[in-house]
Amino acid sequence: MTAAVTTTKDGTAASTAGRAGTFMARRSALLPALAAVIILALLFAGAELFLRGDFITPRNLSALLLDNAYLLVLAVGMTFVILTSGIDLSVGSVMAFTGILGARLLAEGLPPAIAIPAMLIGGAAIGLVIGLLVQVFSVQPFIASLAGLFLARGLAFVVSLSSIKVEDSATLWLQTTRLRLGDWYITPTGIIALLAVAVAAFVLHYTRFGRTIYAVGGQEQSARLMGLNVARAKVMAYVISGFCGGLAGLILTAYSGAGYPRNGIGTELDAIAAVVIGGTLLSGGRGYVLGSMVGVFVYGTIKTIITFMGAEQSWMQIIVGTLLLVFIVIQRVIVARSGQKSP
Amino acid sequence: MDEAVPLVELSGVKVLYGAERALDDVAFRLLPGEVHSLMGENGAGKSTLIRVLTGALQPHAGALSIDGNPVRFRSERDALRAGVSPVYQEIDLLPNLSVAENIFVGREPRRWGRIDWRTMRERAAEVLADLGLTVDPTSELGSHSVAVQQLVAIARALTAEVRVLVLDEPTSSLDTDEVGELFRVIRELKQRGVAIVFISHFLDQVYEISDRITVLRDGRLVGEYLTTELLRVDLVAKMLGKGIPLPHERQPYEDEADGSLPVLEARGVGTASLKPTDVSLGAGEVLGVAGLLGSGRTALARLLTGVDRPDRGVLLIDGDPRGLASPRAALAMGLAYSSENRRAEGIISELSVADNITLALQAQRGALRRLPPARARELAASWVEALDIRPAQLDKPAGELSGGNQQKVMLARLLALAPRVLVLDEPTRGIDVGAKAEIQRIVGELAEDGLSVVFISAELEEVLRVGDRVAILRDMHLVDTLPSAAVTIDSLLALVARPTETES
Repeated sequence: MTAAVTTTKDGTAASTAGRAGTFMARRSALLPALAAVIILALLFAGAELFLRGDFITPRNLSALLLDNAYLLVLAVGMTFVILTSGIDLSVGSVMAFTGILGARLLAEGLPPAIAIPAMLIGGAAIGLVIGLLVQVFSVQPFIASLAGLFLARGLAFVVSLSSIKVEDSATLWLQTTRLRLGDWYITPTGIIALLAVAVAAFVLHYTRFGRTIYAVGGQEQSARLMGLNVARAKVMAYVISGFCGGLAGLILTAYSGAGYPRNGIGTELDAIAAVVIGGTLLSGGRGYVLGSMVGVFVYGTIKTIITFMGAEQSWMQIIVGTLLLVFIVIQRVIVARSGQKSP
Repeated sequence: MDEAVPLVELSGVKVLYGAERALDDVAFRLLPGEVHSLMGENGAGKSTLIRVLTGALQPHAGALSIDGNPVRFRSERDALRAGVSPVYQEIDLLPNLSVAENIFVGREPRRWGRIDWRTMRERAAEVLADLGLTVDPTSELGSHSVAVQQLVAIARALTAEVRVLVLDEPTSSLDTDEVGELFRVIRELKQRGVAIVFISHFLDQVYEISDRITVLRDGRLVGEYLTTELLRVDLVAKMLGKGIPLPHERQPYEDEADGSLPVLEARGVGTASLKPTDVSLGAGEVLGVAGLLGSGRTALARLLTGVDRPDRGVLLIDGDPRGLASPRAALAMGLAYSSENRRAEGIISELSVADNITLALQAQRGALRRLPPARARELAASWVEALDIRPAQLDKPAGELSGGNQQKVMLARLLALAPRVLVLDEPTRGIDVGAKAEIQRIVGELAEDGLSVVFISAELEEVLRVGDRVAILRDMHLVDTLPSAAVTIDSLLALVARPTETES
C-alpha cells in the first residue's frame, strides 16, 4: 500500500539509525508482514536450491495462484473480521454450501446469471446472521461463527448429499481459460482473487469504512466515542467475510468442476493461519490484506514443496503449525512493546 | 457579568444511578469566550455533569439550551453536531492508528470519495504545530508518550467546528512547558469566542486559566463564582464542605507508654509519584488522612495495604519489617483495605447481602473449607444487626441497597476477617448525612475495641472528628501529622490548600 516515504523536516540527512527509528514508529504494524515476505523468499530460495532450479518456474508460480485462489479470497474476508478483533469459523462451510448450491442450481438448468448471484448472496446472508449475532446480541464471535459453521454445513447437506458435477460452460470457463504470457498464465479465477485483494486493500486504506474497521479493532469504545459507526463496521466485516465465502465457493466449484458438500472442512483454519502468518494481529487493529496474500502464498508454497519432495502430507501441518507459533510469539512481542508506552 | 446570552445553559439537572443520586438540581452555564472551571471532589458529580453536557448520558430531569434555544442531546453525535466537543483522555484514542488519523478519523479529508492522506497529514502537522508539538503525523499513536497522546486528543477537538470545548483533566500527564502551550491555545480559543470547560485538580492551573468557577459537592451545586473574587481557601472549603463540628464523641486516644510498638508503621515508603512518607499507627488509634483529590491519599492507602508495592521504604508490622506482596498477604497479617471505588472495587451488586459479607472470609479460608451455610448466615445476620444495615434482608442483592448501607456491607465484610488494621478510603463518599454519622460512630466504637483505623476522607470536618491524629497530604507528599486537638478546620484547610511554591 503506501510506501512510507521518509521526509526529514529540516532537510538535513538523517542517519540510517534515525531513518530506521522513524520507520519503526510509523509502521511497526508492517513488521510481521515483512517477516512473512522474508519467509516466503526463504522458502522460494530453499526450494530452488533443493530442487536444483526446478522450483521457481513460471508454470509453478502461476499454479501457486491458481491452486490457492479460493484460499486467497477467504483470507481477504477473514482479514476484515480479524482486524475488528473477531474471528469467522464459518467460511469453510459457507464455501461448501455456496459451492454445492451453485452446482445444484446449474444442474437444475438455471443460468449462471442467477446461480452465481445466488451463491454470493447466500454467503453474505450467513455472514449477516453472524454479524448481527455478534453486534446486536453481543455473542462471542467464536461462538456466533461456530453456529454459522454448523448452519452452513447443514445447509450444504440439505442441498445435496453427494457431489454434483458442473456442466455449465460459463462456470467452467472461469477455470479453463488461460491467459498466457510466455510460460506464465492466469485464469479468470486467479484474476477474481487478485481483484478481491485489490478492492479490499483500497477499501481498508482509502475509505472511512475501512479505517473504522481498524479503529474498532484498536479500541472499540474509543471508536464509538469518536462518533464512528462501529455497529455497521462490525456487521459489515462478517457480511464481507460471508460474501468472500460465496466467492470462494464459486472459484472452488469452477476449479474442481463440481460441488461437493464435504468441501472445505477445516479450510477456515487454513484461512486464519494464512492471515496470521501474513502479519494481521489476532487482537485486531493491525495488519494488511496484502500481508494476508503473502500468507496464502507461504501456505501454498509449503504445500507445493511437500508435494514435490513426496513427503508425508502431515509435514504440511507440522510446518504450518510451527510457523504459526513463531508468528504468534512475534505478534505478542509487538503488542507488548507498543502496550508499554500507553499504560 | 450577565451581559451575554449563555452559549450553553443547563438547569435543574438530576441524574440517578440506581438508588444513588449523582446530580440533584444542578445548574451550569457557559458564556462565549470564557474558561469555566468545574470544581469538586471525587464523586461530586463533575464527570456526570460533563456526560450530560456531551450527550453521553440522558438526565432524569433538567433542561439544556444552546444560544437560548432548548435542545436535547440523545447521543455524543448530537452534541458534536451542536459544537460541543469533549477532549477525551489519552486512553480514549486509538493506539494502533497514526497520529494524523487519530485527529481526523471519522471526518477525514476526502478527494474523489477516497481518503486524501496527503491533505490529512498536512493539516495534522499544522494543528500539531499550533500546539507546539513536533511529531511525525504518520507515526503510530501508541509509540508516543502519554503527554503527546493527550495533546493529540486536544488537537482532535480543535479540528472540529468547536464552540464548547470540554477539557477533563487535560494537564495531568503534561509537564510545565506543555501546560504552557496548552494554556496559550486555550487563550487563543477564548479570543475566537469558544467556551471552555476546564476540569483539573491542580488549583494553581485553575486560578491561572479560568474566568469563573462552578463548585459541586455531593451531586449538588454549591455555587458559581468569579475566579478573581474567590479565595483559594474559600474554594477548597466549598469543595470539601464544612459542616457544623460536633464534639469529639469518644475518649481521646492515649499515647501508649514508651515501649509499645506501633501496630503499623511506614518508614519512607514511596513510589514514583508519592514522595517518601512516614506514618505510624498505634493500637486502637484512628489516623485521619486529609488531602485533596490527587494529593496522594489513595496512593498511600494502597501502599499500606499491599495493593500497590512501594518503590522504596519499609513497612513495619509490630516493629518487624514486612514486604506485602499482595492484598491477600496484607489481609493475612490483619491489614484490610476498603476501596474508595465502592461500585467497581467493592460491592458485588448481583450477590446477596449475606454473600457479600461472608465473601472475604470464605476467600481466606479457601474453596475447600466452605463456610457452613447456616454459620455463614448467622455471621452475616450478626453483622447486619451490629452495623444496623437496612433493610435487614440477607438475600437482597447488595446493589439494591443505598450507598450508606452498601458501605456498611463492605465494612462488615472486612470486619468479619477480624483485622487489626482497617484502611478506609472515603467510606462516607456519596452517602447521606445520617449514614455518614453512623459510619463515623461505628469507626469510633471499633477503635475503642482496639482496632486501628486509617480514615481517609475529603471532608476535613469528618477527618478531624473521627481521627485522633491527622495526616495531611498535599501534592503527593505528607505535609505533617498533627493531633486532631491541635488543629482547627481553618488551619487544616490552609495546610491542605496552600499553593505549591514552585509553580510558574
